[in-house]
Amino acid sequence: MDQADTSGVAAAVAAAVADAHRREWAFVLAAAVRVTRDMDRAEECAQEAFAAALVDWPRNGVPDRPGAWLTTTARRRALNVVRHQGVEARHLPLLVEEASAPGPEELIVEDDESTIPDDRLRLVVTCCHPALDQPAQVALTLRLMCGLSTAEVARAFLVSESTMAARITRAKKKIAVARVPYRVPTAAELPDRVEAVLSVVHLLFTTGHTVPAGDELVRRDLVQRSLDLCRMLRRLLPGDPAVAGLLALLLLTDARRETRTAPDGRLLLLEEQDRERWDRASIAEGVALVREALAARPPSRYALQAAIAAVHAESARWQDTDWAEVVGLYDVLVQIWPSPVVALNRAVAVGFASGPTAGLAALDALAAEPQLAGYRYLPAARAEQLRRLGQHTEARQAYTEALFLTENTVERAFLEGRLHATEPPGPMP
Amino acid sequence: MSQYLILIYEAEASYATVTPEVMGEIQQAHGAFAAGVEGFGATLVTGAWLQPTATATSVRGASDVTDGPFAETKEALGGYYLIDAPDLDVALAVAKTVPARFGGVEVRPVVDMGA
Repeated sequence: MDQADTSGVAAAVAAAVADAHRREWAFVLAAAVRVTRDMDRAEECAQEAFAAALVDWPRNGVPDRPGAWLTTTARRRALNVVRHQGVEARHLPLLVEEASAPGPEELIVEDDESTIPDDRLRLVVTCCHPALDQPAQVALTLRLMCGLSTAEVARAFLVSESTMAARITRAKKKIAVARVPYRVPTAAELPDRVEAVLSVVHLLFTTGHTVPAGDELVRRDLVQRSLDLCRMLRRLLPGDPAVAGLLALLLLTDARRETRTAPDGRLLLLEEQDRERWDRASIAEGVALVREALAARPPSRYALQAAIAAVHAESARWQDTDWAEVVGLYDVLVQIWPSPVVALNRAVAVGFASGPTAGLAALDALAAEPQLAGYRYLPAARAEQLRRLGQHTEARQAYTEALFLTENTVERAFLEGRLHATEPPGPMP
Repeated sequence: MSQYLILIYEAEASYATVTPEVMGEIQQAHGAFAAGVEGFGATLVTGAWLQPTATATSVRGASDVTDGPFAETKEALGGYYLIDAPDLDVALAVAKTVPARFGGVEVRPVVDMGA
């Protein structure tokens, strides 16, 4: 093999390992946790399996089922650890499993992929256990389910690596010491526990979709991770309408991704976006999921949000938007999810359905909501209604207020543009 | 099995003003709670109702003795239950049934000195 061939093989193997890491990490780790009953040790075993692939695959070729190869390798290492390291080396108690769970020896006899139980559900519900606060749930999910390094998780949430490391260590310690059970919740508990997982996935998506601060509008990696997680949940819980609803919402929202900014980076509103370039495959998949998700009674909040996104996705032009339908869906959403942010979005829809005077009245009814104090989209939405009413002085005040609260560069540029456009004509030179 | 201490934090002022009728209800509720613990697969080891913080004395070292509780809070420690439970989910299920109408409870795993 000459030099060029070797580097070509190395690059292909590196790509295969990276791909397997994205697709299979949680499966490999969950299988190792089953053997070690210790998250840190299981993580080491999973990392070693991926490192071993980088050595083995260039020699023996990429296996037909990379996930099975990695899982088997990680489980063998895990068993070795369990056999050869004594309890004295352990710094945290073992994870609590059901009494009926098989021991590690029973788990390792078969290496056939079909006999490896899919433990990803128990891993993800443990990451999102209600005894952990949400920042810890998010950090553990990115670290354990997506295989991100602590540095990558820290970067995603703009905190220092040491802060994130402490957060992850504390969460793992609480799981072990307080004996958060490592098991699939009962049917009665499952809806609440899945809701916590969905809330983490949704938070990851929204953080990636509109980055709270910084120069980029979208963090593509976070959006992709949340979509991967949501698809995984869909496979694990195919009959769960809330999962279907969230996946629909993510797909329908992300379908507009390429059109949300102009080539020069400027923010484009729904009104200005080139609908020809919306991702039709994502929209078709999302719309089919919305139908399924809305069949549940009562529908989940994600299903209703997805239905609203579907109204936009399915109207060929901005002028064709069925605003009465959008307002109707928001009316139902406010009932099941009485959040001032939902009420704010409903008020904006009212502004389009019934005109800016009605929109402004609906927004002003929310002025005293403590949760909306300091929320940049309230003054921004008021400013839009005032601009449409031709009340430019008041609109400028509201745009200025919104700018004061906005830290994302792309959103700031949009607001500055609006401020400029509502300036009174200057004095003649 | 593992031990968890369920600490009951409630507004003391509310207890000071309850009618004897409500007090009777609260005592009954605690009796019902104790009777229901085993149903979760847990065991009640012990429990106690504390006198109000006005009766507390804090001690730091040999010479520093002061009148009052360690920390002044709106919702003060008013009692506790010690339970045996297989895991945190069972302990939380039990904790949700502890009567604490003027506050809430905190669940703390007890260090296992035998491990």
